[in-house]
Amino acid sequence: MVIVTLIIILLIGGIIALLSEKLSEEAPRVTALLSILVSLIYLMLQIIKPDYITVITQSSLSDPASWLMHLKLEWIPAFGISIEFALDGLSLLMVALTLILGAVAVSASWTDIKKHQGFFEANVLWTLAGVIGVFTALDLFLFFLFWEVMLIPMYFIIAIWGHENRSYAAMKFFIFTQASGLLMLVSSIALAVIYKEVNGQYSFSYFDLINLPKGYLTEYLLMSGFFVAFVVKLPGFPFHTWLPDAHTQAPTAGSVILAGILLKTGAYGLIRFAVPLFPSAANDFAPMAMALGVFGIIYGAMTAFAQTDFKRLVAYSSVSHMGFILLGVYAWNELALQGVVIQMIAHGFSSAALFMIAGSLQERLHTRDMREMSGLWKFMPKMGASAMFFIIASLGLPGFGNFIGEVLILLGLYQVSSWMAVAASLGLITGAIYSLILMQKSFYGEPNAHRGETTMLHDFRKREMLTMYTMMGALVLLGIYPQPIMDVAQTTLIGLIDAVQLGLVK
Amino acid sequence: MQDFVWLIPLMPLISAIFLMVFSSKLPPTTVGFFGTGSVGMSALLTCNLTWGYLKDPDLFTVSLWTWMKVGELSANVGFHIDGLTIVMMMIITCVGFLIHLFSCEFMEHDKSYARYFAYLNMFVSAMLILVMSDNLLLLYLGWEGVGVCSYLLVGFWYQHSSNGRAARKAFIVTRIGDTAMMLGLLILFTELGTLDIQSLVSSAQVRWQTGDFMPTLACLLLLAGAAGKSAQFPLHTWLPDAMAGPTPVSALIHAATMVTAGVYLIARMHSLFIISPHAMMVIAVMGVGTALMAAFSALVQTDIKRILAYSTISQIGYMFLALGVGAWTAAVFHLMTHAFFKALLFLGSGAIIHCLHHEHDIFKMGGLWKRMPITFASFLIGSSALAALPFTSGFFSKDLILLSAYQLEEFGPILWAGGLLGALVTALYSFRLVFVVFFGRIQTLPNKENGWRIGLPLTILCVLSLVGGYFTLPLSNLFPMETNSHPATWVEVVSIATPLFGLLVAYILFIKIPSRIPKSLTSPQENTISRFLFSGWKLDEFYDRLLVSPYVRSTSILLDEPLDKLYNTIVLVNQKLHKWLSFSQSGRMRWYMVSVAIGFIILLGIAIAIPRGLSEW
Repeated sequence: MVIVTLIIILLIGGIIALLSEKLSEEAPRVTALLSILVSLIYLMLQIIKPDYITVITQSSLSDPASWLMHLKLEWIPAFGISIEFALDGLSLLMVALTLILGAVAVSASWTDIKKHQGFFEANVLWTLAGVIGVFTALDLFLFFLFWEVMLIPMYFIIAIWGHENRSYAAMKFFIFTQASGLLMLVSSIALAVIYKEVNGQYSFSYFDLINLPKGYLTEYLLMSGFFVAFVVKLPGFPFHTWLPDAHTQAPTAGSVILAGILLKTGAYGLIRFAVPLFPSAANDFAPMAMALGVFGIIYGAMTAFAQTDFKRLVAYSSVSHMGFILLGVYAWNELALQGVVIQMIAHGFSSAALFMIAGSLQERLHTRDMREMSGLWKFMPKMGASAMFFIIASLGLPGFGNFIGEVLILLGLYQVSSWMAVAASLGLITGAIYSLILMQKSFYGEPNAHRGETTMLHDFRKREMLTMYTMMGALVLLGIYPQPIMDVAQTTLIGLIDAVQLGLVK
Repeated sequence: MQDFVWLIPLMPLISAIFLMVFSSKLPPTTVGFFGTGSVGMSALLTCNLTWGYLKDPDLFTVSLWTWMKVGELSANVGFHIDGLTIVMMMIITCVGFLIHLFSCEFMEHDKSYARYFAYLNMFVSAMLILVMSDNLLLLYLGWEGVGVCSYLLVGFWYQHSSNGRAARKAFIVTRIGDTAMMLGLLILFTELGTLDIQSLVSSAQVRWQTGDFMPTLACLLLLAGAAGKSAQFPLHTWLPDAMAGPTPVSALIHAATMVTAGVYLIARMHSLFIISPHAMMVIAVMGVGTALMAAFSALVQTDIKRILAYSTISQIGYMFLALGVGAWTAAVFHLMTHAFFKALLFLGSGAIIHCLHHEHDIFKMGGLWKRMPITFASFLIGSSALAALPFTSGFFSKDLILLSAYQLEEFGPILWAGGLLGALVTALYSFRLVFVVFFGRIQTLPNKENGWRIGLPLTILCVLSLVGGYFTLPLSNLFPMETNSHPATWVEVVSIATPLFGLLVAYILFIKIPSRIPKSLTSPQENTISRFLFSGWKLDEFYDRLLVSPYVRSTSILLDEPLDKLYNTIVLVNQKLHKWLSFSQSGRMRWYMVSVAIGFIILLGIAIAIPRGLSEW
């Protein structure tokens, strides 16, 4: 019930935020922040018990009851659809990340939303509710439902509060995600149908479907449906083109949620569904997926370098980073998958922070064009130092979480395919190139002469610095002591690896 | 003491964080106190550690916590202390402390005083982690950490975009090497299943035979990392540009410590390199080649810091030569003496620049010996040591390298001759520097006096540069025994005499008959050869054409997202189809009936075609 309660808190929080708009401008965002914090505290209270780590290590794929939490209520029994939520280590990490970054997102858009604040915060909360559903639903139909639930409020966030080209970007985002999501729905339904052919009744339950025998061609086709849905969301090359537009046009909170959380649903889907449900197809498809990953890394990095728009550059850097995730998932061994988990969390923080900086810049300068920035460090040293920190973290410097992710992925990948690892490691160089040019164009250099008012720019205030320090702390902690996170994820990952191994043997 | 070694890198780190967070609120004296004091404390602790080690040479390992443990990978945050570590730590903390002290005065009037010390402290901390770590992953952390600090400090005066460019170049060129090194790590881990240095080296000796392919590949990849960091051909082009940073930074990072990290890495992994004679040969040739190349470039430079930068590249070339011929102790020895005399020379040049309105061109200096006696003494001693004049510290270490090179079978004498030619040019350019700057006509008058915080570090480094050659390094148990047979007497005589000959030539050229100095040594644009040497053998231009411009051009193609053309085509096709479909809604009954009939037949066909069910496909 914990998960349902969490989702309900967020949904109701959204309604309250919407209504509280009439009270004052402040009320919706305070409501939003409070609902997220309440959910976070509630989650912690429910989970952090003395023996929670042992409980996590017991969760096995064959027995959902052994998971940290499991709930199954009948919904549409005729089609084998039920309300099934479950929580294991991986889901727990993702849910926690969602809530923490949700709070960051609300903080990031504290002042830049000028109209319909109530509806805005409601959309933020509803997106979070949808994402938590995605991370915990283990009934494929329910999963699809939440997949859509998180999409629609996000569409509104971009379309209503976005920047100059918002309706185009929102439509692009919607169509890409929607079309690919439908492929996944078709695949899910086909799985349920196959289950009926074998067992006499429909089932959408993950635990029923994971060991389902399928013909090879069917398996391959159905896997493609899932793969496309998740890779569009990730986003992987060549389905990434919605991302730069969506990011650039979204308000700051939207970008933070997009980069920090929504992209991770794609990675999560790959780990949880796209590979384990279709072991042999995924195994054969792996080289192809890895090649897409390498392309993504290089393509994203090179395109990022050319950008003149601060936010677009950061958006393309996400494309590059997600290439590593794709590689890690399809390397499919413990090292690489642990790397993927760490990379997901670390990228969540580092990109959220960079988007927050981009948002702050736009709020102050009314432009995202880096040709009009230059030399900003002089006026805003705190923001400059923060930008430097997160740029360095995101280019994969050891000591920060992103490095742990990348190095584990490379170590795992090298064991599977040395050439892919060599190609992927080029990303370490190209990553440095676009990261440093970002710093150069915005904060370094001579202050722009014809920008008279820059002297009036105010630096980060206490609230903003507090958010920054939180994320810096998270990245450093993840960089020097990632073990607790890896311990939480370990059982899930090993369980999935074993399941795939078993499927391959069959 | 052993339990507290972690305090040594931690103290500068804490100071760095403290300075970073409170940078705007602290008065300069507090900043200087914390910045210098923290490194001073580390130096004291290191001295204590060294004292204990010298009394009872017992290597030990301290594990702080498990960094990551996944599958077969297990990496600790742990330190391994042996003779080599001790030597490196002494250099880093003691020379580092002197340079911090120097910086207190040198940077006094800079607005970003706190930021400067924060970066510098962070560097010291990362460098200490690099040399202390017991596994390659933590070493890589220090390795990248010093790289970032170097980037931050080269670009310290960020307002000038040329500084930013130099900083980026430094970071990206070394990053290329670092990436190769990372691949080396991947190979070592995959082949040997560990990244812990001690167990890795011992299992390499068990697993691999001398001359195997894998160890050679791994060694060459590690070497690429070392070449990047230590500015060796072909990855050395960043170092001359890195002189854009404040001068004490050049002394600390780009002369005494960071650039020798590559030498440290190879010395640390020497048991692995021994397995691969090919890699060793590459190191030796790379070293001597770089030494010569950079020495000739130094000969025609006019910027005082660029002369020293090329000389650093050249001297590290000697260290690589020593590593390549298996003279491990000689390499580390030269690393140490070089740290003393090159830090001295850089700080000396800083003192000159400080007092001479930030003048860098040596031909606008001159006659300074009376005005700046301490600086003059520093340069005289530093240059003598650099040129390896007898009884200076540089003499002992360089002589050891040359003689060891000579004793190598087959190519030994060739390497030796190359090194010797380099030594001649070294003497020539170092005394060109001294004679031009301190003798002759006064061109620019100093506008201020240097205080004790500049004078004291210079004096101490002068002493170290003189007596450093008499130190005995606690390395005897660490490296395999090196041959101690002496080569023929004439070899030794020639080795000693060559620098003296260089000094003599420099004296004749620049003091005795200054009117007849070859033009190419004073104005490098004079002829093709000196232009070529001045530009660093045109390598920058070469890389620019080969790599930089193509990269930038190809990224500009990607700017507008070519893939979107594909998706836009889909949109277009859809719009067309939409038009056709709306055309099909003609309102005529006959047309509708036919469509329904055809559709029904198709559906029926599908229903008949798949009665077997999906699972059998």
